[in-house]
Amino acid sequence: MNTVVLLKRVPDLVEDLEVDSSGTALDSEHLKLTLNEFDDHALEQALLLKEGGGGEVTAVALDSEDVDKMLFTALAKGADRALKITGTGAVNGTSELAEVFAQALGSVNYDLVLTGVQASDDIDGQLAPTVAAKLSVPCIEVITGVEAGDGSVTVHKEYAGGVLAEFEMTLPGVLGIQAAAQSPRYAPVSKVRQIQDSATLDEVAGAGGDNGKFSIVVMTPPETGEGAQMLESVEELIAVLDSKGVI
Amino acid sequence: MTERYNLTVNTGREKDQSFVEKESAVIEGIDVSGRWNRMFVPREIQDYDLTNMHKLTAIPGAESMGWCYQCAQCMPACPVDTAGGDYGPRKIFRRLELGMDLLDSRDLWLCTTCANCLRVCPKEVDMIKIMPVARAAAVLEGNVPAELLEMFQNVAEYGNPMGQSARKRAAWIRKSDAEIRVLPKDPGPVDVLWFVGDFYAYHGRGVDAANAMARVFNALDVDFGVLGADERTDGDSQRLAGEPGLYEELAEHNIEQFKQHEHERIVVSGPHAYNAIKNEYPAMGGEFEVEHYTQFLADQIDELKPLLTGSFGNRKVTFHDPCYLGRHNGEYDAPRDLLEAVPDLDLIEMYRCKEQGYCCGGGGGGMWLDGFAAEQQSERLSENRVKEAVMVGADVLAVCCPYEVSRFEDAVKSTNNDGKLEVLDIIEILDQCMGA
Repeated sequence: MNTVVLLKRVPDLVEDLEVDSSGTALDSEHLKLTLNEFDDHALEQALLLKEGGGGEVTAVALDSEDVDKMLFTALAKGADRALKITGTGAVNGTSELAEVFAQALGSVNYDLVLTGVQASDDIDGQLAPTVAAKLSVPCIEVITGVEAGDGSVTVHKEYAGGVLAEFEMTLPGVLGIQAAAQSPRYAPVSKVRQIQDSATLDEVAGAGGDNGKFSIVVMTPPETGEGAQMLESVEELIAVLDSKGVI
Repeated sequence: MTERYNLTVNTGREKDQSFVEKESAVIEGIDVSGRWNRMFVPREIQDYDLTNMHKLTAIPGAESMGWCYQCAQCMPACPVDTAGGDYGPRKIFRRLELGMDLLDSRDLWLCTTCANCLRVCPKEVDMIKIMPVARAAAVLEGNVPAELLEMFQNVAEYGNPMGQSARKRAAWIRKSDAEIRVLPKDPGPVDVLWFVGDFYAYHGRGVDAANAMARVFNALDVDFGVLGADERTDGDSQRLAGEPGLYEELAEHNIEQFKQHEHERIVVSGPHAYNAIKNEYPAMGGEFEVEHYTQFLADQIDELKPLLTGSFGNRKVTFHDPCYLGRHNGEYDAPRDLLEAVPDLDLIEMYRCKEQGYCCGGGGGGMWLDGFAAEQQSERLSENRVKEAVMVGADVLAVCCPYEVSRFEDAVKSTNNDGKLEVLDIIEILDQCMGA
């Protein structure tokens, strides 16, 4: 089974995020990008599938700051191929990103596509289903376990309230990974450096991207509220509601 | 003619003892035929499967593990065994004979590379060389305790083990009341390039010591500068914990920074930085004059003494020798000279001091294996040490390694000695007695 993992770099929250003077973007001066942690789990799950039943793992990412090191790290962990999508220009939002990924997958032989269920800049988790829609393949999200079958995968999907469901999905298809069966592995630096000297990254010219349909109108930090008032009793609650003229 | 026999003797083992006899033999006229010339064939008393022993000793740097002849001198010297860890070089050797794979064993991660075993070992079984290479092999196999992995990941990503923003390494400087020159912003030659280190820059109690250091430098008119956010972890603990690639990356970065700023010497806050820059960076192309801060200040004791106008209130102070300043680098006097210069300070020694100093448990990566090690031992090494400090009647446990303040403060609490023993960095003691 050949698996493709879509990797995305997101702002590292170890730095304080600030909005720049345009009011529509993050201030890039101290912005540091890092691999989306759910994508790291998607990569781990792909590597586990490969170790369990063979096949190839391809890591795909959009060209961005430090993306080479991230892709070499994926190779050091055990991915067979790394594909960098170049020359796309600005990609605004998940919908455009999904378009770019779907176009790039046209040149890749895959059975299964894995990506993180969400990211710090996509907490509604739309990347996996949008990519699947553009590829016209099925998609299941919030996955915590994947087992390879014959032309299909059996997956565990997590629902709110601790409910779990088991699905069988016919391949090809897309999965949004919540957590791999084990913590993402560590790539020793000596191994990454060795790979950096010996391996090459494949490149594909990006298509899609800025389609003009989306633009950021305003970006602001959440407004600070006035602070909550803690009520100790029902009587206090009634008094407050009464004073507001609600009852 | 020589006959070969098998003699059935009750050895409790399956194999019989073999011997040879000449049926007729005469030596110098004396008939020694038959049993009189009997020679026993060497009996195999060890029929272990040594595959795992050989796998380990085949790793370059780990050869000396096979030299152990089990004299057990290392056992009372090993701080981990003393803390109930059922551990030590002799035990590792014996377990290897019995088939243990060290690369897949808890025994790989308990050694703090304190070098107390090497001090007494007649065969020079060198755990300080064995552990890093064996651990590196395990790390390549992905066989590492999770706590340690998190540290590796943090250092690889941010250049510090805390996983803090690399940029915030200089944050303490902006809040400091001392005058500190940050070389990347204010370049130019300095006498001293002060390598501040992770704990002094990021840890709350470390920042206290960093401020104390800056104030003492100011009082002594030291011409010094720091690298600010351009500094990275020195890499010594990462190397000892089995991540040589990460160590090299850090060393290359720091060496490049050291070369960018003209200085006469590097002064470091911590023994691990001292060890790395003094003994390891030269192999990476970085030859620098380096001193631990206690050495740098002890050299200026005549200028320092008149500044120490305050009183330490006749408190009893005992000093914990850091393994990587003491045993590894032979410096026992400089920290004591500084403490003896403090007015009204009563310096007392613990039983295990100087060459025989007990390890705090933080070396060799132990700082990031605290939970792992604590589960394997009946107590933490830091707890064992704190009890000794209390036992000798100390009011203050003085340290000069940035790992130790937090380790020992935690140990003071976990051994119910809160309020009985204060843990202070020597630089904090000096700063307190400068009578500002």
